[in-house]
Amino acid sequence: MQLSREALLRAYRQMKVIREFEERLHVDIQTGEIAGFTHLYCGQEAVAVGVCEHLSADDKIVSTHRGHGHCLAKGCDVNGMMKEIWGSRDGLCKGKGGSMHIADVDKGMLGANGIVGGGAPIAVGAGIAAKIDGKGAVSIAFSGDGACNQGTTFEAMNMAVVTKAATIFVFENNHYSEHTGFEYAVGTTKDIASRAEAFGMKVWRGDGTDFFSVYETMREVLEYVRVPGNGPAAVEFDTERFFGHFEGDPQRYRGPGELDRIRELRDCLKNFRKSVTDAKLLEHGDLDALDAEVLEAIEESVRQAKAAPRGTAEDVLTDVYISY
Amino acid sequence: MAKMMYRDAVLTTIAEEMERDENVVVLGEDVVGGMGTPGGPEAIGGIWSTSTGLFGKFGADRVIDTPISESAIMGAAAGLALSGKRPIAELMFADFIGVSLDQIWNQIGKFRYMFGGKTKCPAVIRMAYGAGYNAAAQHSQSVHQILTGMPGLKVVMPTTPADVKGLLRQAIRDDDPVIFLEHKALYGVSGEVPDDKDYVIPFGHARLSRAGNDVTIVSTGLLLGFCEAVADKLAAEGIGCDVIDLRTTSPIDEEAILDSVEVTGRLVVVDEAPPRCSLAADICATVANKAFASLKAPPQAVNPPHTPVPFARELETAYLPSADKIEAAVRKVLAYR
Ligand SMILES: Cc1ncc(C[n+]2csc(CCOP(=O)(O)OP(=O)(O)O)c2C)c(N)n1
Ligand SMILES: [Mg+2]
Repeated sequence: MQLSREALLRAYRQMKVIREFEERLHVDIQTGEIAGFTHLYCGQEAVAVGVCEHLSADDKIVSTHRGHGHCLAKGCDVNGMMKEIWGSRDGLCKGKGGSMHIADVDKGMLGANGIVGGGAPIAVGAGIAAKIDGKGAVSIAFSGDGACNQGTTFEAMNMAVVTKAATIFVFENNHYSEHTGFEYAVGTTKDIASRAEAFGMKVWRGDGTDFFSVYETMREVLEYVRVPGNGPAAVEFDTERFFGHFEGDPQRYRGPGELDRIRELRDCLKNFRKSVTDAKLLEHGDLDALDAEVLEAIEESVRQAKAAPRGTAEDVLTDVYISY
Repeated sequence: MAKMMYRDAVLTTIAEEMERDENVVVLGEDVVGGMGTPGGPEAIGGIWSTSTGLFGKFGADRVIDTPISESAIMGAAAGLALSGKRPIAELMFADFIGVSLDQIWNQIGKFRYMFGGKTKCPAVIRMAYGAGYNAAAQHSQSVHQILTGMPGLKVVMPTTPADVKGLLRQAIRDDDPVIFLEHKALYGVSGEVPDDKDYVIPFGHARLSRAGNDVTIVSTGLLLGFCEAVADKLAAEGIGCDVIDLRTTSPIDEEAILDSVEVTGRLVVVDEAPPRCSLAADICATVANKAFASLKAPPQAVNPPHTPVPFARELETAYLPSADKIEAAVRKVLAYR
């Protein structure tokens, strides 16, 4: 199905926001001003956006330690996120969570997660709730290739099947879990989707560096899971991470020229631009204008983050309970 | 004596014990670091650099890089230990006990008792703990209060590189399961360590790191350094502090604490874990119970507040016990009438 001009521009803009958000963090982290562990999503934008462009606020997503892309794609505020990562009390989570714990439940974003495999079971609960409510909403569990080896992920898949939860397990296979290769850590099939299939789910596969592949795949997946009674599904997207596992990772596990090659051939933004301009759906000028606009928006978010107020000792004590 | 970093003391001791006893095996996530990648095995060598080079030296049978499967890692350590091996399992962050607690708590910690004393489970479970890196609520915790409360587990919390060597060697040679807690912020700290490849420190023997007659300060890990700084500052004012480094929280050297409090009559316990049901509360209660007559002031516990560990720099700094907070507690027990 052909996307409208507006939908194309919006998808490109969303991916570009994630890209520039992460590229900017990569630079700012070098200055030492940003504290903590930061895992950048750069390279995988087509997955977050290709999935979330189908979703409304009633649909829930559960994310990972590499969560910025999912958060932005699901509608979390750019400025609030930047402030959070910079540790301001005006951040989306008041500076209490930081990069690994960004959440905005009103937007259907149930949280990034510092625990690998922590998210999938939560998505099952959200998927059961969606089933009970019967309005066709779904939940999405984003997981990495590493997380697919965690028992919690296995339990979540089986339980989703048993309970017919309206849950979609989206596996982003970027070939690495920290410094360990997918080839080593995922036994036998070297294929995450077929694992999911073995639990009795319908599964799909797509190219996670190609927005259109993700978007069209997800259209089918969602059509299926939104039908009451169908239960869960799983999809594996092959993708790339452009930066280290975390900022500061020396990445000695990469092959010679690997980073240049994936930036050259597997860049979802480049691929998108080429497809839409070749097909004369959009002009380079349209996209250039968005690029400039996004860069300014990110610049503004950093300006705000740097100027935003810092927390105090009293702030440490709030938000543990609602009443106590 | 050689000078080495805390992290190198971990690595060196493991290597020495693997050399000495072929039953010692290492397992954990990224302990080889690079398996199945173009860069090849050992491209990184463990995120804490506490297993660098072991794979090359001892091979894939004895240095086992695992998938992200903490439950299975701890369970495998249990099974290895019941099968005559001496596993050293690494949990990358102590916070991940959450994923693997059944194997640690209900399995490893209880085999001997449940099986009527007929078995041993000589597993070592190493984990990096502690705050100070703005790593937020799921990567910064101190978990000793949870594990110390579990019968069947021994719990070790070294502060210095020398103690790492003596205590880790003891942990590996010990026939009981041992939790070995390594503070992230201490990995880069250097100190003199004995060269002796049989140097062990028996569990349950605290170390007196400062001596004085006015106040007893008990701690271990990162915060011990803060306690020492406070003791040194007060020494200049003529106030003497005993600073006791516990080294192990299970077993605990009750005698060292009680002996000291009998002289000083004043106790401050400094603990990085939250206050409820904490190590500090436990020690204060023991002292109130067993050294009541010696006490000149109510024992003081210095803990973080009853909250998760916050992310932002200012918040984490405010959360952690600081030298100022420790000094205030010491002055409080001194001023008590
Ligand atoms: C329970 C748990 N185990 C280990 C870690 C440490 N860790 C953080 S991310 C990661 C690798 C995850 O790999 P993958 O699922 O492929 O996600 P990616 O980093 O590639 O996005 C590991 C081992 C963790 N945070 N939580
Ligand atoms: Mg991965």
